[in-house]
Amino acid sequence: MAQAEALLTVRDIHTYYGDSYVLQGLSLALREGQIVAILGRNGMGKTTLIRSVAGLTPPRSGDILLRGEPITGARSYDIARRGVGLVPQGRRIFTSLTVRENLLLPASVLAGGRRGGPDEGPPEWDLDEVLDQFPQLKARINNLGGALSGGEQQMLAIGRALMRNPDLILMDEPSEGLSPRLVEQVGDIMTTLKKRNHAILLVEQNIGMALAIADYVYVLSVGKFVFEGPPSELTANAEVIDRHLGVTGSEQVA
Amino acid sequence: MSFIIQTINGLSLAALLFLLSAGFTLTFGLMRVVNLAHGALYLIGGYVGLSVVWTTDNFWLGIVAGGFFVVVLAALIDRFLIRPTGENHLAQVLLTVGVAIVIADIALAIWGGDNLRVPTPEMLRGPIFLPGDIIYPRYRFVLILFGLAAAVIMWVLYRRTQIGAIVRAGVDDREMASALGININLLFALVFAVGAFLAGVAGVVGGAFLTLYPGVEWEILILALVVVIVGGLGSLEGAIVGSVIVGLIDAYGRWLMPEMSYFVIFAPMAVLLLVRPTGIFGQEH
Ligand SMILES: Nc1ncnc2c1ncn2[C@@H]1O[C@H](COP(=O)(O)OP(=O)(O)OP(=O)(O)O)[C@@H](O)[C@H]1O
Ligand SMILES: [Mg+2]
Repeated sequence: MAQAEALLTVRDIHTYYGDSYVLQGLSLALREGQIVAILGRNGMGKTTLIRSVAGLTPPRSGDILLRGEPITGARSYDIARRGVGLVPQGRRIFTSLTVRENLLLPASVLAGGRRGGPDEGPPEWDLDEVLDQFPQLKARINNLGGALSGGEQQMLAIGRALMRNPDLILMDEPSEGLSPRLVEQVGDIMTTLKKRNHAILLVEQNIGMALAIADYVYVLSVGKFVFEGPPSELTANAEVIDRHLGVTGSEQVA
Repeated sequence: MSFIIQTINGLSLAALLFLLSAGFTLTFGLMRVVNLAHGALYLIGGYVGLSVVWTTDNFWLGIVAGGFFVVVLAALIDRFLIRPTGENHLAQVLLTVGVAIVIADIALAIWGGDNLRVPTPEMLRGPIFLPGDIIYPRYRFVLILFGLAAAVIMWVLYRRTQIGAIVRAGVDDREMASALGININLLFALVFAVGAFLAGVAGVVGGAFLTLYPGVEWEILILALVVVIVGGLGSLEGAIVGSVIVGLIDAYGRWLMPEMSYFVIFAPMAVLLLVRPTGIFGQEH
């Protein structure tokens, strides 16, 4: 993949929590409008990778580039303002804000205002459009975030990230704990986002869903990538699936 | 009759306590910073206001000057002392105690050790006649209205505006707010400034009936601490309700059990904490 056309480039990052050495030299690239999936069992460092890119746990060494510009060590709010949206593991909805307040927060002046404009990245999202995309939120617009169901919170977390019009969306296990019907809705949303030219860095435990929508896949094991390639290549690689994604993995793929 | 007067006494203290505890509790909610210099901000705000009233003979100017002086002072404390300590909250506690002592010593050198009363304007002096033949100092009655107005304004800002929603989001999950583009340090500086302004204003309006003297910064800080612990650390509603509770208990305690006035405040607090460790409105952090 040519350097110039990459939206996100991660080059040999090493990330620690205190003395605990978690990411042990990861590199990846992601182009505009692409969905790249990160797979791996619990505790392998998937969330740490997301946190590294978002600036929440900056890597101790290595580079992270957004459209070729380094964002390594930048403040998380600055990274957000440059077009990176976060849909975190566990949703992390603001429980004492209403649905409307949750959605409007990233678009507020104190958050640097909304990005966008005709020739800057994907077409714009606004409150109306987000509510059209997530009808279940429209009915609960004045409810507190803490009063929503898990599925509604997940939709809110995605909608909240969209309100900044990010070029790149970091999604950490968006299907975790959702019913099959809602998992399907999440998958549909990602397809829609891809069509609208948003790139997605997707962490998933639901391997079947991830392989169905991803353009490219990395498998993470104890802080290192042990596989990368298109989904079809992973499906054919029983060894990686069994060793690094577990039995449930190969069952889901089959 | 005395009961009603003591109730009004309690409410006027509550008004003062709210001005002090609102900033304290939001500062904690947002950044987990326990600013033990908050009482000293009250003290120095009061003294600066006093000097301005002495020189200009304008009480209102004194209030504004006390408030803004403390905003500037607090901004310096935040930028050069609290901020470099990062997330080391124990260091912040010790540091702000030191800051409080330094501020109080400087105040002692400038204004001396006597009880000084901030002079009130003519229109706020004298008695007010309330229904039921109750005669009450006009100033303290107006203070209740002032505190009520401050509480309403703060509540509306916090619950009904976008900037309030952002502060609430920061209290809920600071890291997530930052990941959505909120400059959390700027937000904290803003909240710290508002809290400091209210503390400085409290020093001037409080100095007009409690007087200003060395040591008042700790007496008032302890009451404010009880307010935020009872109400729930980090909660504005908690600061409002806690102020009323502590103000009333303090007034009734001084009236009915004058020799035990601290016990009367701390005993109910201890019982409440046993039943509800987070305080009335507090959430787990
Ligand atoms: N805040 C932290 N402090 C110290 N160690 C941490 C912290 N967060 C995660 N870790 C450790 O880092 C490693 C990677 O964690 P991470 O959360 O990135 O895993 P993950 O792949 O996202 O797992 P899961 O699928 O369970 O979400 C784990 O061993 C975890 O215990
Ligand atoms: Mg994780």
